[in-house]
Amino acid sequence: MRTRLILWGIAALLLMALPPLVIALGQPYYVDLVRRILILAIAAISLNLILGYGGLLSFGHAAYLGIGAYAVGILGFYGISNGWIHLLVAIGASALVAAAIGAVSIRTSGIYFIMITLAFTQMLYYLGISLDVYGGDDGMRLRSKSQFAGLVDLRDPVAFYYVALGVMLLFVFLTYRIVNSRFGMLLRAAKSNEARSRAIGFSPYPYRLAAFIIAGAMCGVAGALYANHTNYITPGLMAWHQSGEMMFMVILGGIASTAGPVLGTFALLLIEELLKGWTEHWQVILGPLLVLSVVFFRRGLAGIFFKPDA
Amino acid sequence: MLEVKGLCKSFGALRASDGIDFHVAEGETHALIGPNGAGKTTFISQLAGNLRPDAGRIRFAGEDITALSAPKRSRKGLARSFQITSVYPGFTALENVALAVQARSGHSFRFWRDARSDPALTGPARQVLEEVGLKERMNVLAGNLAHGEQRQLEVAMALATRPRLLLLDEPMAGMGIDESQHMIGLLASLKRRQTIVLVEHDMDAVFRLADRISVLVYGRVIASDSPEKIKMNQEVRRAYLGEDA
Amino acid sequence: MSWALAFEQLLNGLQYGVMLFLMAAGLTLVFGIMNLVNLAHGSLYMVGAYLAAAATQWTGNYLLGVALGLAGTLVVGMAVEVTALRTLYERDHLDQVLATFGLILFFNELIAIVWGRAPLYSSLPPWLQGHIKLFAGSTYPVYRAAVIVVGLLVAALLWYVVTRTRLGMLIRAGASNRTMVGALGVNIKLLYTVVFGCGAALAGLAGLMAGPIYAVQPGMGELILIQVFVVIVIGGIGSIRGALVGAIIVGVVDTLGRAFLKPLLGTMIPPTAAEAAGPALASMLIYLLMAVVLAVRPAGLFANR
Repeated sequence: MRTRLILWGIAALLLMALPPLVIALGQPYYVDLVRRILILAIAAISLNLILGYGGLLSFGHAAYLGIGAYAVGILGFYGISNGWIHLLVAIGASALVAAAIGAVSIRTSGIYFIMITLAFTQMLYYLGISLDVYGGDDGMRLRSKSQFAGLVDLRDPVAFYYVALGVMLLFVFLTYRIVNSRFGMLLRAAKSNEARSRAIGFSPYPYRLAAFIIAGAMCGVAGALYANHTNYITPGLMAWHQSGEMMFMVILGGIASTAGPVLGTFALLLIEELLKGWTEHWQVILGPLLVLSVVFFRRGLAGIFFKPDA
Repeated sequence: MLEVKGLCKSFGALRASDGIDFHVAEGETHALIGPNGAGKTTFISQLAGNLRPDAGRIRFAGEDITALSAPKRSRKGLARSFQITSVYPGFTALENVALAVQARSGHSFRFWRDARSDPALTGPARQVLEEVGLKERMNVLAGNLAHGEQRQLEVAMALATRPRLLLLDEPMAGMGIDESQHMIGLLASLKRRQTIVLVEHDMDAVFRLADRISVLVYGRVIASDSPEKIKMNQEVRRAYLGEDA
Repeated sequence: MSWALAFEQLLNGLQYGVMLFLMAAGLTLVFGIMNLVNLAHGSLYMVGAYLAAAATQWTGNYLLGVALGLAGTLVVGMAVEVTALRTLYERDHLDQVLATFGLILFFNELIAIVWGRAPLYSSLPPWLQGHIKLFAGSTYPVYRAAVIVVGLLVAALLWYVVTRTRLGMLIRAGASNRTMVGALGVNIKLLYTVVFGCGAALAGLAGLMAGPIYAVQPGMGELILIQVFVVIVIGGIGSIRGALVGAIIVGVVDTLGRAFLKPLLGTMIPPTAAEAAGPALASMLIYLLMAVVLAVRPAGLFANR
């Protein structure tokens, strides 16, 4: 336990030191790069809650990334730029949609669940494409970033970086408390042995649904941040590619660990960055790499350092 | 306490349960024996709520529970242990039992407080573990426990839900002589306070523990009596030993 | 809106449904027998379309192109099975999803490297062009009618193989008890490769038939794959009959929805709202249908697992 805290402390310090370091070295691009990784790590952390700890193979988690982003975009479209309202709507809308999708899907399991979550997210993707008023297939520009008057200006790249870092660390901590609480223990127990769980007297459904909603809301926050980061919102955010990538971020890092999704996101996105620099056809290399990682790399990166939390 | 009338369950052409009547009085230890394939586990599954019977009624403590789901039955006080060990291998023995305690402590929509150090959960869990004799091993991962210890853990988890009736499905399955003796001792101490339905192949255990024995053959109860009478019952001997018994 | 138009759209729905069925049958076979979730099934569809189009261009003969395309897809499918998928049979579904996801990225990019990202042109021989006459003076494209006929024939063939032949018996036995079939001396590895090959051929057939109608481009497989998932969820996994029923339902609902929902809405709400809501709702229709089926029957209509 102590070692984990120390490692997290070191990681946090390193990440905090990054902006002044790279700016001094004349490479401000890395602030943007790592900020993007941090925001997507937040999404991965949310997916890890239901996938890693809950055992729910949600292949449609990118939906909430899109909903959070579109919340910011659409509100901005109508002239509302208050950041708190953006956050509130992003969280609320994501939670609502997660509740709706979860209510129908969580009664199924295994391969059905995978297909159903994928299908519902694709439905949202098509919805996004067909709404021409918000840009349809081409997407929409962000009118203005979320305004947090007096608190922080997201137009400042470094300030925005620290916001992303802060939210990520906060969510890591929140996830840690949730998975070790009574709620988290039941969720993990249901994943470990569902028959046993029913035998001692609890039905996994309500707890899984609650976890699904919480994870959706968390991912909505990531979506809102992402919209501010890219200044552009497209339905592609919800395409199944994105969901698949998110799953890899969780798996590569090692499921059922708090560090896993962060490690996995950094690993995957840095590898992508590297490959993109070599060739425009980087996916033809990434694809087989991913296949190999699944075949050989069973416990993920975090598994190299720690045992998984059951 | 437990009353089963006309329980029927078929799998295609196979009649696993063929009109079973079964009664258990409060405080009684009632053993269910029968040759392999008689349908004992199917019967237990229907009692526990994992399988829906095709026909028949089950009454528990005066209430008709035939339509209730397994979790609901457990909360009403009907606890079961599994024939094939079914614990949480990635959690310690203490955590396993604490989960059983937690499942009985109202809803679990508590998101902040660390459950692993909650005395309301670990206290009762420790007590139960001491009772079954696993206190020294409580911080060992359940998956790393010896087979006999895992069977003890099964019983512990059933006990932790403060049951009114214990459904024990072959608790001594796969155990060596020493482990079996220990388990028999444990069950003997439970006899005084619990109503128990015991499915077992170990005849030593059955005759030492049971107040009454029912014999299940091809889905039907062919005899239900005191242990002495069952020992001398011709039909039972024929079922177990063949026609020339 | 005339009856002729409605009937034409109904036939289009049937034609799309038949293609969905070919894909769904392959996917459900592979899942039912080998317990393998194969997301790369859509890639085989794409490979079929590309190989057939390329072979037709190369040889100048349509039927030869079709044969080569099918054979090529079969080979590619079996190669993928032997190299990448064998290790996945023992793994859980999550690992299979992720590994086959990696395969999708690989195939899409490979196709893009060889043929580029622009849609490929699929030509039709003269005897498949033109229209045939239906009742009341309406006409229907010959090619689409041919697709329907071929699809139904394959469905009948599949039904015959699965219910009346030894291979089909092995398939059904393998689905319910893998180790037992192995213990009986049947070469499980060979059986799996054959079954996967069949699934690949079905996907390839759907792909090459789709070529002249829809766009042949990288990523085409995933677009239809997700609708195939909807078919399987509605029909029930592991059931070929369910795949057929589900496919026809999804194909018809989707096609009719896209054709008639906007004008239908236009009679009830102001036209500008219908202009936006129509296509949006139409694209969501089959997913809403899936949700309704799930609410009533969580295991699908013909579930047998």
